[in-house]
Amino acid sequence: MRRISLTVNGVKHDAMVEPRQLLVYFLREQLALTGTNVGCDTSTCGACTILVNGKSAKSCTLLAVQADGAEVTTIEGLASNGEMHPLQKAFHESHGLQCGYCTPGMIMASVDLIANNDAMSDEDIRMGLEGNLCRCTGYQNIVKSVQQAAGEMRSPAST
Amino acid sequence: MIPAEFDYDVAESGDHALQLLEQHGDEAKLLAGGHSLLPLMKLRLATPSMLIDIGRLNDMSYVRDDGDALAIGALTRHEDVEGSDVLEQHCAIVAHTAGEIGDLQVRHFGTIGGSLAHGDPASDLPTVMLALDAQMVLRSSSGERTVGANEFFTGLFETALGPTELLTEIRVPKLTGGWSYQKFHHRAQDWAIVGVAAVQSNGGASVALTNMGEVPLRASGVEQALTSGSDAATAAQEAAQNTSPPSDPFGSADYRRDLARVLTRRALQEAMGR
Ligand SMILES: Cc1cc2nc3c(=O)[nH]c(=O)nc-3n(C[C@H](O)[C@H](O)[C@H](O)COP(=O)(O)OP(=O)(O)OC[C@H]3O[C@@H](n4cnc5c(N)ncnc54)[C@H](O)[C@@H]3O)c2cc1C
Ligand code: FES
Ligand code: FES
Repeated sequence: MRRISLTVNGVKHDAMVEPRQLLVYFLREQLALTGTNVGCDTSTCGACTILVNGKSAKSCTLLAVQADGAEVTTIEGLASNGEMHPLQKAFHESHGLQCGYCTPGMIMASVDLIANNDAMSDEDIRMGLEGNLCRCTGYQNIVKSVQQAAGEMRSPAST
Repeated sequence: MIPAEFDYDVAESGDHALQLLEQHGDEAKLLAGGHSLLPLMKLRLATPSMLIDIGRLNDMSYVRDDGDALAIGALTRHEDVEGSDVLEQHCAIVAHTAGEIGDLQVRHFGTIGGSLAHGDPASDLPTVMLALDAQMVLRSSSGERTVGANEFFTGLFETALGPTELLTEIRVPKLTGGWSYQKFHHRAQDWAIVGVAAVQSNGGASVALTNMGEVPLRASGVEQALTSGSDAATAAQEAAQNTSPPSDPFGSADYRRDLARVLTRRALQEAMGR
């Protein structure tokens, strides 16, 4: 067992973990943050995407010990004071989901994408989300949702 | 899927990593980004009893202009290779190809050193290094040696790295001519079914192939045809010579041979036109 100390959604956690504990299972089973889904468990689908020090990461392909000292954000950390994050709102309003299984990963990957890119074309968004698979929506409304949120997040006037 | 049990230690420096390697020998594996090793460990295709985490060695993450060559630290993440201005200016094929790897999440964690040390013939950067005649700098507790890309990739998932050696730096030349990396894949995030790197040189080009054998291969038939005056389309016909491509659900060996010829033509035409 190894002691790790990391911040998850702004809360500091100290924990003992087995070195082989994957970060996604640490979040789901030890911290009960079950918003992060496991889809493929083989680094392909992106359902398990979270932010590690602000960068999107597939948490099924990271060990919890690799996140020692890191700042982690999961889907549970996006809303503030009961207000949905612009991406959550946009996925809701633009019907960016059907079954919803891929949604936490799509949203977390999009947070990173919007933060690190200026105006994006639909094509840019599609390429930027190449690591996230959806089996339901056909992606049209996902791209629309990300565009909507990007617009809102970039114009501070409209909140 | 959970990996088999292992012990874990964090290397605080390159020297510390070497010490730990000496101490644990064959039982230990280095962990850089983990994006090749952990998937294998989850499938229990790899079961090291000790992981030495070199992922925190930030001083081994850099791209430097070193006069005649560019020096890339082995722990440089794909994302930082892709975004390097120095590479963009002097050896853009490396930056471009790093941006073609997997997806954004993978590029945030995977490192150039891990990509080369893993020795997977389906990987993109080994092919580019072969076409560039890149030099790999390997360190062990008894000293440093430099191995050319043409001798580095020795077999399927095998390289010239010894069990107690660390790949510290990759040195690539400054390019004056055109280049191209053509990657043919199934979905956007996928590995190459076949890939072709072409780098223009005096009167010809260096050409290397991804996923056409157990190691990345130089297309010497194509190179010779170019030197003796063939045009790109004619020379590209030699691309599948002396290759042994795999057959898998994404394509038969014959399909890959055909792809190699088509992609080589495209790569040469793009490199000559750049
Ligand atoms: C979903 C997905 C898609 C991908 N798609 C592609 C793709 O399209 N093209 C492509 O080329 N790659 C692809 N990859 C692989 C990716 O590029 C990996 O990041 C890379 O191959 C390994 O880098 P790493 O730092 O993660 O290495 P690790 O997984 O940490 O290590 C890999 C191996 O190298 C050894 N090693 C690592 N660093 C060193 C060093 N400095 N010295 C000595 N030995 C070392 C380790 O011990 C281990 O054996 C993909 C990976 C995933 C998960
Ligand atoms: S569950 Fe991690 S990528 Fe699919
Ligand atoms: S909404 Fe069902 S997988 Fe994307």
